[in-house]
Amino acid sequence: MKTLRILLIGFFVSLAFARPGFTETSLQQRGAMLYAQHCASCHGDTGKGGTGVPLSNTSFQQQVSDRFLFNTIKYGRPGRVMPAFSQLDKQDIQAIVKHVRTFSSARPPKLSMAKITGDISNGKELFHKHCASCHGTDGKGGKGTGVTFSRPRDLPIIAPALNNIGFLKSASDQMIKDTLMQGRDNTPMVSFLKQGLSEKDINDLVAYVRNFERYQQNYDHEKYKNEPLMIESESPYDLQTTIDNIKRAAVGKNFRLIRVQNLNAGLVEESKENTSQVIIYFCNFQMLNEALAIDPRVGMFLPCRITVVEQAGVVKVMAINPKRLSYLFNNDELNRLCGGMHDTYLEIIEEANL
Amino acid sequence: MRLYRYLFIALLLSLAPFAAAEQLLMARVNMTFPEAMLKLQETIKQQGYTISRVQRVDIGLTKSGYKTDKYRVVFFGKAEETEQLTKKFPVLLPYFPLKIAIFAEGNDTLITAYDPLLMFGESEPLLARAAQKWRSDLEVIFSTMREAE
Repeated sequence: MKTLRILLIGFFVSLAFARPGFTETSLQQRGAMLYAQHCASCHGDTGKGGTGVPLSNTSFQQQVSDRFLFNTIKYGRPGRVMPAFSQLDKQDIQAIVKHVRTFSSARPPKLSMAKITGDISNGKELFHKHCASCHGTDGKGGKGTGVTFSRPRDLPIIAPALNNIGFLKSASDQMIKDTLMQGRDNTPMVSFLKQGLSEKDINDLVAYVRNFERYQQNYDHEKYKNEPLMIESESPYDLQTTIDNIKRAAVGKNFRLIRVQNLNAGLVEESKENTSQVIIYFCNFQMLNEALAIDPRVGMFLPCRITVVEQAGVVKVMAINPKRLSYLFNNDELNRLCGGMHDTYLEIIEEANL
Repeated sequence: MRLYRYLFIALLLSLAPFAAAEQLLMARVNMTFPEAMLKLQETIKQQGYTISRVQRVDIGLTKSGYKTDKYRVVFFGKAEETEQLTKKFPVLLPYFPLKIAIFAEGNDTLITAYDPLLMFGESEPLLARAAQKWRSDLEVIFSTMREAE
């Protein structure tokens, strides 16, 4: 009872410190704390970018409104790595936005929320001519995640997905227009006014981009959460034969065997290792390179492995379910790769059990 | 006593959305890769775990002709816990030992891991409790690494 009482008192005291009335200073402090906790690992401590976009970029700060930053944090970019921080309340998000503004002395714009009208069919033509090479034919954006592993380091960002519902909820027509008119320094985004487009052409482009809202496909992220945690099958063979079969089947699928070890190797003395729990590690470096290019964080599930165990005379073969793990990444591109890897695991296991 | 118990449960429930929100645990470490690598192993050990192995991911890629940066996966666990829990919960077998991926990003280093609570938190109470413990240990590890200089 005493422990509970202390815990409760501690909790309410910590709450009191955590939400100190949101004065200007406390808002900044809270923003810095929340940014360090939720954002810095991807965007860098000072917003210089990394897996996430460089928030300190001067023209970015000059072109995007607080509303854009707020909605980006709130809605994220479904299927495009940036998660929706729906657990943060309005004041927390405002605090983060305020902190992000400290990365640059640039003044945020005051953008009109008025809808910009234009000729969508001309906008479409112009989009395919000037924008699709970076942003994709249907505005789905560039491939990869941030700078690490994904692409050469001389490019600070990947082209955003303009058809993403998170982007469309965040960017006003005026913001899209300003970006097209002015370009964005230190990124591949150039000023299309300087490229010879007229203001009317740019309005047509804005209308075309806004029109993506009509063709939204729901990114059903939650379906991956319901996938089973592992792929499992019973082997008709004894432990050693099953291990040999798995090795052969993996090599047959163009994987290179890395190592076979007992599950608790390294945790206990060699003589005490449990020889009825065996892990077979294997790798296809081309696939690995592709996966890391899509999202460098997938390393936490590498290398590929299948675990073979014998319990009460029954030999079982198990692997992680890549589809289930895909849920963690909010990355549509990775979902496809994980779907393929799921099928490959199944094929290896089925072949070994034949 | 009962009131305190209810309040305590309410407290835990109020924290649950925050716990569930982070699907990937990540931290940026203001250290070069070799320094961060040493610090990570030391921090994992301080939480009572044994490092079972460090897997080099970059070397295989480089040897195969791919351009890459420094990348390792650090495997760790507790012998007794591994023995007992994998017998009781075979679902853990493909996920054990626990691991943290660590890779260079310019002069910084990033570390990342999946949230065990998100994977196993809705399982039987014993496994859910174990997942809660791993999650809180990982939080300490990530927080220590985040603050390391």
